[in-house]
Amino acid sequence: MKLSLLHQAWRNLRAKPLQTALSLALLGFGVGMVSLMLLTEKQVNDAFERNIKDIDLVLGAKGSPLQLILANVYHIDAPTGNINQRAAEKVLKHPYIDSGIPLAYGDNHEGYRIVGTEHSYVAHYGATLAEGQLWEAPYEVTAGARVAENLGLKIGDTFFSAHGLKDQTDIHTNKTFTVVGILEPSGSVVDQLLLTPMESIWYVHMEDGEVMDPEAREITAMLLKKRNPLAVLTIPNTLRDTNMQVALPAIEVNRMTQQFGLGTSALRAIAMLIMALSFASIFISVLDNIRARRHELALMRTMGGTPGTLYRLLLLEGGLLSVAGTALGLVLSRVGMTVLSQVVEAQFHYDVAAMGVLGSEWALAGAAILVGLLASAIPARRSLRLDISRTLSEA
Amino acid sequence: MVQVQGVQFQYGEEGPRMTFPDFSCQPGDRMLLLGQSGTGKTTLLHLLCGMLKAQAGTLNVAGQELRTASDRELDTWRGQALGVVFQRAHFVQSLTIQENLALPHQLTQGRVPAEVLDRMDSMLDRLGIAHRAEARPHELSMGEQQRASIARALLHKPQVVFADEPTSALDDHNASAVMDILDREAAEATLVVVTHDQRLKDRYPHCVTLNPTQA
Repeated sequence: MKLSLLHQAWRNLRAKPLQTALSLALLGFGVGMVSLMLLTEKQVNDAFERNIKDIDLVLGAKGSPLQLILANVYHIDAPTGNINQRAAEKVLKHPYIDSGIPLAYGDNHEGYRIVGTEHSYVAHYGATLAEGQLWEAPYEVTAGARVAENLGLKIGDTFFSAHGLKDQTDIHTNKTFTVVGILEPSGSVVDQLLLTPMESIWYVHMEDGEVMDPEAREITAMLLKKRNPLAVLTIPNTLRDTNMQVALPAIEVNRMTQQFGLGTSALRAIAMLIMALSFASIFISVLDNIRARRHELALMRTMGGTPGTLYRLLLLEGGLLSVAGTALGLVLSRVGMTVLSQVVEAQFHYDVAAMGVLGSEWALAGAAILVGLLASAIPARRSLRLDISRTLSEA
Repeated sequence: MVQVQGVQFQYGEEGPRMTFPDFSCQPGDRMLLLGQSGTGKTTLLHLLCGMLKAQAGTLNVAGQELRTASDRELDTWRGQALGVVFQRAHFVQSLTIQENLALPHQLTQGRVPAEVLDRMDSMLDRLGIAHRAEARPHELSMGEQQRASIARALLHKPQVVFADEPTSALDDHNASAVMDILDREAAEATLVVVTHDQRLKDRYPHCVTLNPTQA
């Protein structure tokens, strides 16, 4: 027969389903919200960190520096405009600049960006070929792992590009792109891009027989790596009289996450409030149990139960609520993360569905269980002072 | 087995001082503590169970000197040596009748031996409530609850059984049936019945009447 204190505590909680469910729901939602924020922050920060990777400056058209970064480093915003390729190459030759990777884009296939660039872009993110080869000739495409998987692309497949970054209405049916290679997953932005020579982007927008003036060629941006730290101060001055600007990914992302942080602080405060309410609920639940079950507790004393036994029983009830509520919270945050990742995947093609338990979540769970135990330990002390005779006489 | 001598008790500083008559009984004895309301029956019962501490006198039950024992010693002693049938049957409502009956063993020994479960089955059978073993206390009638309460008080084979007003709410027929059950099931123990029920005064030769002037 199972009659341990843990078993008795479990049975006592089951005997009051509504009160137990309320305490569990409150703690579950509180822990779940904090946990979801921790997971989201971690995923977003990781994605930002991974894709910044040695990009010190981004050269592009004047406009919002943050937009320039989001569009050209993370590919989650529209570009600020185009810049002249020759003018960009002059910046690349500046003694303070080490190297650069040009990007040209403006078309998509099924919502995935077709980006004209050089092989150094793939090398920069450490991506390797899963099959086929890197693009060589115009209209040859090497697909990122996620695009290939989601669109079911294989070597030899062909498709038309559509004008714009998401729109599917204006399709360039006169130019056919052919898949010549597919990349292994790299965990970087290239996973969600269709990579092709710069010429593909230029030619697809030209009429048949039209000849492009090399001086008029445009690109969207150039990802720059500095040779000298002074580049950060010097390069902006050299661009003062042009339509170009340079933005610093680290600074822009930091600024954005600080603004993002204001919102998450407010959400975290709400989650903490819910958690505080849940601890109050556990406190009241244990206190109410002592009042409602005082005759039972006195009876247990007449059957050999010590004050310590009763205290441990009440503590276990609070502990079970805390552990179950915390576990529920962690499960809820995973459900929330699954929903969120589907939205992010559909909107930005980023994978944020990692479900491992973070170190900060273990700390959160430990703290929640500890405070829950404390919330039950305080009222449970009343059981130590229970007057058996008076309690049984009141019955 | 039970020895009460010169026992005095007072609730708080201001309460009246109660003086209880001396009496004693041997192992296997049956005795009645008879008294009307206000004569201190419940107080004496709680003193005998170690739930209250007397200010003076000697109280020895089942080998335990109650005035000098520590609270921890009394907790263990109550679970092992005493069986108490309360006037109103109290149970742990979240547990089944079977689990309630096994609770004293769990609380004092940390486990419920298999032979106790066998003994429980046969005792519930004899008391006619074997079919209610898995039921919750609130699902039982008052009569079934009282029989279950008797089973719980006796299952761990206590040396002394105290029964507090076991017949107060029963008609003659049921009062007699309950007392027969108590006599039969507590055959090996010392049985002390605390009651105001005059129907029981001739049941046992050993009867101590509590005097209101003493309380």
